[in-house]
Amino acid sequence: MPDRQSIVLDARAMDRTLRRMADEIVELNDGTDDLILVGIQRRGVQLAARIVSSINAREGVEVPTGALDITLYRDDLQTVGPRPVVGATDLPWALDGKAVIIVDDVLYTGRTIRAALDELADFGRPRRIALAVLIDRGGRELPIQPDVVGKTVEVGHNQRVDVLVSELDEKDAVIIAERQ
Amino acid sequence: MSVGPLGKDLLGLEPLSADQIRLILDTAEPFKEISERTIKKVPTLRGKTIVNLFFEASTRTRVSFEFAQKRLSADTVNVAASGSSVSKGETLVDTARNLEAMRIDMVVIRHGASGAAQFLAERIESNVINAGDGTHEHPTQGLLDMLTLRDHFGKIEGLKVCICGDVLHSRVARSNIWGLKKLGADVAVCGPRSLLPNAIDAFGVTVFDRIEDAIQWADALNVLRLQLERMQRGYIPSLREYNRVFGVSRERLARAPRDVLILHPGPMNRGVEIDSDVADGPQSVILNQVTNGVAVRMAVLYLLSGGRPELAEAAKGGQR
Amino acid sequence: MTGRAVLLRGGRLIDPSQRLDETGDLLIENGTIAGIGRVGEVRRDGDALETIDCAGRVISPGFIDVHCHLREPGREEVETIATGARAAAAGGFTAVCAMPNTDPVTDNQAAVGFIISQARKANASRVYPIGAISIGEMGETLAEFGEMVAAGAVAVSDDGKPVASAQLMRTALEYARTFGIPVADHCEEPTLARDGVMNEGIISARLGLRGIPAEAEEIMAIRDILLARRTGGHIHLCHMSTKGSVELIRWGKERGINVTAEVCPHHLSLTEDAVEGYDTNAKMNPPLRTAEDVAALQQGVKDGTIDVIATDHAPHHYDEKEREFADAPNGIVGLETALAVNLTWLVKSGIVDLPLLVERMSCAPARLFRLPGGSLQRGAAADVTVFDPEVEWTVDASSFRSKGRNTPYAGMTLRGLVECTLVDGRVVYRRDR
Repeated sequence: MPDRQSIVLDARAMDRTLRRMADEIVELNDGTDDLILVGIQRRGVQLAARIVSSINAREGVEVPTGALDITLYRDDLQTVGPRPVVGATDLPWALDGKAVIIVDDVLYTGRTIRAALDELADFGRPRRIALAVLIDRGGRELPIQPDVVGKTVEVGHNQRVDVLVSELDEKDAVIIAERQ
Repeated sequence: MSVGPLGKDLLGLEPLSADQIRLILDTAEPFKEISERTIKKVPTLRGKTIVNLFFEASTRTRVSFEFAQKRLSADTVNVAASGSSVSKGETLVDTARNLEAMRIDMVVIRHGASGAAQFLAERIESNVINAGDGTHEHPTQGLLDMLTLRDHFGKIEGLKVCICGDVLHSRVARSNIWGLKKLGADVAVCGPRSLLPNAIDAFGVTVFDRIEDAIQWADALNVLRLQLERMQRGYIPSLREYNRVFGVSRERLARAPRDVLILHPGPMNRGVEIDSDVADGPQSVILNQVTNGVAVRMAVLYLLSGGRPELAEAAKGGQR
Repeated sequence: MTGRAVLLRGGRLIDPSQRLDETGDLLIENGTIAGIGRVGEVRRDGDALETIDCAGRVISPGFIDVHCHLREPGREEVETIATGARAAAAGGFTAVCAMPNTDPVTDNQAAVGFIISQARKANASRVYPIGAISIGEMGETLAEFGEMVAAGAVAVSDDGKPVASAQLMRTALEYARTFGIPVADHCEEPTLARDGVMNEGIISARLGLRGIPAEAEEIMAIRDILLARRTGGHIHLCHMSTKGSVELIRWGKERGINVTAEVCPHHLSLTEDAVEGYDTNAKMNPPLRTAEDVAALQQGVKDGTIDVIATDHAPHHYDEKEREFADAPNGIVGLETALAVNLTWLVKSGIVDLPLLVERMSCAPARLFRLPGGSLQRGAAADVTVFDPEVEWTVDASSFRSKGRNTPYAGMTLRGLVECTLVDGRVVYRRDR
């Protein structure tokens, strides 16, 4: 376990941030028409669900969501080898002509989003794809930028940003920990 | 070369741990979805070259492996023994060396001799997947049978599965027995004693001499194909009698205390080991097995691929 | 013979033929044992005496292998009579009997003569031909025993194949009596053994390899014991591998039937477990059996139910074994590991003492096959083996004199090495030379 942790967002702050992100997504899309939220496995899926319920509360519209597991689209199979757990991809909606918002917990190198864009392309041709992340920690290795950001944090390479969601982690929080 | 969570090769289920088998089955789950997509392809094994080396004809298994490979974007070459240098008397060791010289990543081998897959695996660096070796093992068939059982019953543990027919000559039976037992199923076999190994007790399975008793006991029957040559070589007197005594019929199933699930690795001899109305009936999951075959093989290909520790070190930091 | 004399000095002289086991000297002159006695007691005047210090070594009558395959004629790339005779010398065997399943089969006078002439040229250990029972080992027509014996054959056998016809075996036993030779019997009921590649049991069931049941051997063993009872012929049961066979032989001997039996070092040391991993160097016929069988065979060697230990030396070309298990040929080389395997598994483990091992490897074979040797008595042919019963060494197949490299013992550390082998008083092998 890391020896030092610092809390970036506690549960209440995280909730506020997600509600603000929901507003920004609706604003970005000029409403909720044709909107589809796609969460990236694993914690992006839970964050997408929170955003959807927040939009529902404000707009009275149930925005469709999907889940994307990008494991099979990674570019590091040759080097790192197979990941032990491949999650489910669940995109029951036709994406053609839709406005897809990719939702992920932390944006770092951009490689996950690159893989997600490749995978989405195999499901159809959305009108537009945008990116919403709870935390942007910088350190990009690819030309990828978020459209909606919950919070930008400055962290070193030897630090890790962990997003905890109550569905999986028993509490909501964003913490910075030392990398082992 | 690469050593993933299954090791270098998949030669059988006997050498695998329960966790490794569960990992394959769990990994196969998300792969099912890929076959339901419009574009049935993910880039995972892009640039990998795989040879399907089939010394015995098997359309079903070869096609299933080929779909699995293509849906993972691997480049594949099929080598059938009849059209290759093998028929010119080339030995398996020479074949192996030639494949190695062509720098392939994986070999899927089907061979008539027990141990052929291991023989190959010990002599080449590429990953080797056993697609059936003699009367030894057929691990991907065992895995797809288990996935089909798990889909239906939700779990393998405690399940009563009876393997029916020519266990003596069946690699499918061996892989099923090892795999199911490792995951905690109760396994039985049923067939004429002349088609059961003399040392069947060593497998830790129950033996039923009468198919009626097996049906009374079982949650599921895995009905093996009866090779017609078994009759020619005198193991059983006739196919007719085999069907009368051991055939899985609707009448026999109707007397079971519960709905017994019916599996068959194919190809079927309708009217011999299984009657058509059973094979096509509501308790049959024979086509689910075929569908699951692709997913299981994708999982195995994925889990055996990639992973070079020295490169992993260089790429430290991973993806985020 | 050579006029030189050799003095083997200060070794442990073991000769069961005269119940001898004591430290002493052995003098050899003109190809015969000229003197035997306590250290310093055996004297010889004159020159040209070569002395070999045998302190800490055993001096025994030379080992005799009544069962080996030297592949010549027909497969000279695998083994020749010359390489086989040199391998024999290196293994402490002063004489070996060559089975007739060569190409062509040794089933006539000329073929027997060819082997004798090749053996003479080899100038190493003695090689005695065994003639075929049937022409071409086809199991149909009796071969000319009389002419073959006259040419130098010491026994008849269709080894490599069973004599499927009980009538033919009966006739062979009767006819062999005329010439006073044993019928060496490859016991295998062919329909039970068909296509079998290893012992039938748990491991064959697991590996998906077709098994050969113990009964395939035992049925033929009892058939031929009974035929020996009927005919009075001498049946010599080759390479016995099962507990049941030991019991059947014991049954036959108790009834005074003229049955003798041999066992191979591998059947006294290894089990079917060695096949695990489809190791073709553990493939032989009869196959390696179970630990229970091994224990019964060891007991048979101890109590005399089994008369002889013979190698069934069966060299193969390296690439013949480099293949799928079911397609690989049967057999392993044995001449250069037999002594060490026997010392390791029988003597070191305390089942058999050294004099009894010498009896099984030298005296009994000479007696049963009526061959010279098997004794250190004054006047006997000076076929002598000197070995170190304690030294440990690791088997390296590439160092074999035999052309064959197919051994399941490669890499194993065994106990006991041959120091020196003398045939007719002439040193045909000396360690490190």
